[in-house]
Amino acid sequence: MLSSIIAARPATFEAAASVLARATADGHTVRLLGGGTKYSWGATGPESPIELCTGRLARIVEHNAGDLTAVLEAGVRLSDAQERFATAGQMLALDPPFASAGSSEAAATIGGIVATGDSGPLRHRYGAPRDLVLGMTVALSDGTISQSGGKVIKNVAGYDLAKLFAGSFGTLGLILSVNVRLHPKPAGNATALGAGEDPETVAAAARSLAAAPLELDALDIAWRAGRGGVLARCAGADPLKRAQRAAQLLRDAGLRDVEATSEDDALWERQRAGQRSSEGALVRVSARPSTLADVLRAAALCDGTVVGRAALGVSYVEVAPDSVQRLLGELPEGARGVLLDAPAQVRSAIDPWGVQEGPALELMRQIKTRFDPAGTCNPRVFVGGI
Amino acid sequence: MLTHPHALATYGSDGLAQYHQTPLAVARPATAEQVQAVVRACFEAGVPWVARGAGTGLSGGALPVAEGVLIALSRLRRIIAVDLDDGAVVVEPGVTNLAISRAVSPTHFYPPDPSSQVVCSIGGNVAENSGGAHCFKYGFTTNYVIGLEVVLSDGTVVELDRDAPGYDLLGAFVGSEGTLGVATRIKLRVVPVPESVRTLVAFFEDTSAAGDAVTAIVSAGIVPGAIEMMDRLSIKAAEQATHAGYRLDAGAALIVELDGPEEECTARFEHVMTLCSEAGARDVRVAQSDAERALIWKTRKAAFAAMGRIAPAYYVQDGVIPRTRLSEVLGRIDELATEYGLRVANVFHAGDGNLHPLVCYDAAREGEPERAEELAGLIVKACVEAGGSITGEHGVGVDKKRYMPEMFSEPDLDAFQRLRCAFDPHGLANPGKVMPTPRLCGEVPGPYREHPLERAGVAERF
Repeated sequence: MLSSIIAARPATFEAAASVLARATADGHTVRLLGGGTKYSWGATGPESPIELCTGRLARIVEHNAGDLTAVLEAGVRLSDAQERFATAGQMLALDPPFASAGSSEAAATIGGIVATGDSGPLRHRYGAPRDLVLGMTVALSDGTISQSGGKVIKNVAGYDLAKLFAGSFGTLGLILSVNVRLHPKPAGNATALGAGEDPETVAAAARSLAAAPLELDALDIAWRAGRGGVLARCAGADPLKRAQRAAQLLRDAGLRDVEATSEDDALWERQRAGQRSSEGALVRVSARPSTLADVLRAAALCDGTVVGRAALGVSYVEVAPDSVQRLLGELPEGARGVLLDAPAQVRSAIDPWGVQEGPALELMRQIKTRFDPAGTCNPRVFVGGI
Repeated sequence: MLTHPHALATYGSDGLAQYHQTPLAVARPATAEQVQAVVRACFEAGVPWVARGAGTGLSGGALPVAEGVLIALSRLRRIIAVDLDDGAVVVEPGVTNLAISRAVSPTHFYPPDPSSQVVCSIGGNVAENSGGAHCFKYGFTTNYVIGLEVVLSDGTVVELDRDAPGYDLLGAFVGSEGTLGVATRIKLRVVPVPESVRTLVAFFEDTSAAGDAVTAIVSAGIVPGAIEMMDRLSIKAAEQATHAGYRLDAGAALIVELDGPEEECTARFEHVMTLCSEAGARDVRVAQSDAERALIWKTRKAAFAAMGRIAPAYYVQDGVIPRTRLSEVLGRIDELATEYGLRVANVFHAGDGNLHPLVCYDAAREGEPERAEELAGLIVKACVEAGGSITGEHGVGVDKKRYMPEMFSEPDLDAFQRLRCAFDPHGLANPGKVMPTPRLCGEVPGPYREHPLERAGVAERF
């Protein structure tokens, strides 16, 4: 155990890059940190003598309201950026946990959200961070500062390195700033919701909404204590009217207690909250959307609770820490589970990523070697010991 | 495998005919396994290769290399699976873009719709990250590819999946212009067909007034399915081709299409008509039937081809600008055109600021092709200076690589090269594209072998 950790809080891109360059030259590793809301995610790597925090890289560099774009330094809290965009009736269509405007817990930074690929219910319509980042400036472990992409919403010049860095858990370098696409913030929202006890009925109801031309902003499922639900959020000109149409489809699919409501913020805040676990273990499951009922059954067998994006096949399952292995074993064929939150002893006992050896992992190792040959950045937190 | 000079000549160019290069041989595999076998044989022999779809690309991305093999993927055209419960289709790379929407109709469609969609292949779309008229609302190819089977340059087959834990290899691959490997199987997301579609064309005094209408529409929080602008010259050319009744006295035509749920579409459409009038539209015509809607689009999509009616040859640019700089950049293009004594027609995706200036020239006049190319280069420069990009959807290929340093510094290009080297350390996949100067990978894993580009004397190791 190291006795002291140097905490670096650079205020400029150059200073941040030089922290990495100097650490690499000295043979030290560096842990990268934003708001710290997902610091425990990933594998438990060795302790690093240097912690590099983006807290002072917190400028909203540009908000081009007319172009629906913005440039944000990595340490900008998403909630702060949203407040700024809202003054122009706009939003960055990302709503992961710990990022709600006005919440005292909203510590998640744009850099951390992009680096972990975290998202919320809006992913249904607007995509994940990878889909909303137009360009990126990064510092590599040799001190190089490089940009890719651009600031316009359409651009195919050069390799899309922002996609590679999105979800890379800081293992390729430090994200210094991101250029993002914004969307109009809906004037109003309304949600249709309904409940059912049979996983297949709940899943089929979600499927029927996914196939309907309703342009939903979000389509979530929830499962808790033997009972499931579907939530469909509409936005736009007359959201309640459309939510009532969605509600009718839920009734037709056999759900009970169906309603449509404009008072829906709390419903979605609960969905977001279900993506994290403070006491138990939280597994993010990716599966074909058509196997959703099997995912719900697997969770039910393990006394788990579920929230998730029905049409994307992404579910967040919370179980007791000692049920993680069982849950992974019960998942349908082709489904993949990644352990996010868990007590330290659980996380250190298993590989949270569960990625098998193969050509894809080999390619990822090549990428790590090319971008961070000395292994300076966030050592061994990622898949396959990267 | 084709080796006869006549057969090879067919593959010498893609959609950008000013570049021509006959390959050593053309392979026409019929299965993914055969693609893999060709790539592996090339790897073992140290021979570079270029994958080609339908050859409609406009940046010379599928231009063969002289010492290499061209892999034509047009025989891989099976639709392998349609699974609407998953909202997904799985296809081979030679399937055309339009065939995908057809395979999932009438309930679903595949949104990215390049103008060449009737013939262009999905493999080429993946390589180029193709856009189209509807991408302002719906996004680009990269937002729809959810799985790929890729043959890497050493012949290894790798499965890439959007939601697989680890680096987003899929995201890095889409739009990499054939330089990271060749996709042999493609899984795409498809979406429900919108319930309602409303289309109008509005005529304005000039592009500046039409640009104001675009800004007003977007500022109102409206996201049209498509919003396209044509200037005076392109209206004239297209109208001659389709006789759709476009106003020849107009300085700009703006096509606005809204799609979505019925009530949403109706409410927004009224608003769009008001905003167009407020911006000074002289005439707003609403399509009253599918046939009228088709004619509006036919005229827009005919603009490129119709240019042949008013100029012997033209050069298409693909610059992007922040939409708010539209008037300024169009003004700059006008200035440049006057200075060069050439005509430039403008057709563009107004929502996302993607300009397609068509620089008209006559190859029979001495020096004019060169002047046209120089002018096209200055237009791209003006786009970058306005904060935009050298290419919005056509790709860099061979044609725009010389402009890459306008947009990217040496450290930026170095980072690109790191990715390239991780996938293809020997530089066998589509060499000579994208990067402005040939460069090789340091610390090549495994025993040293002379690089084909070194042997050809066009690159050296550094």
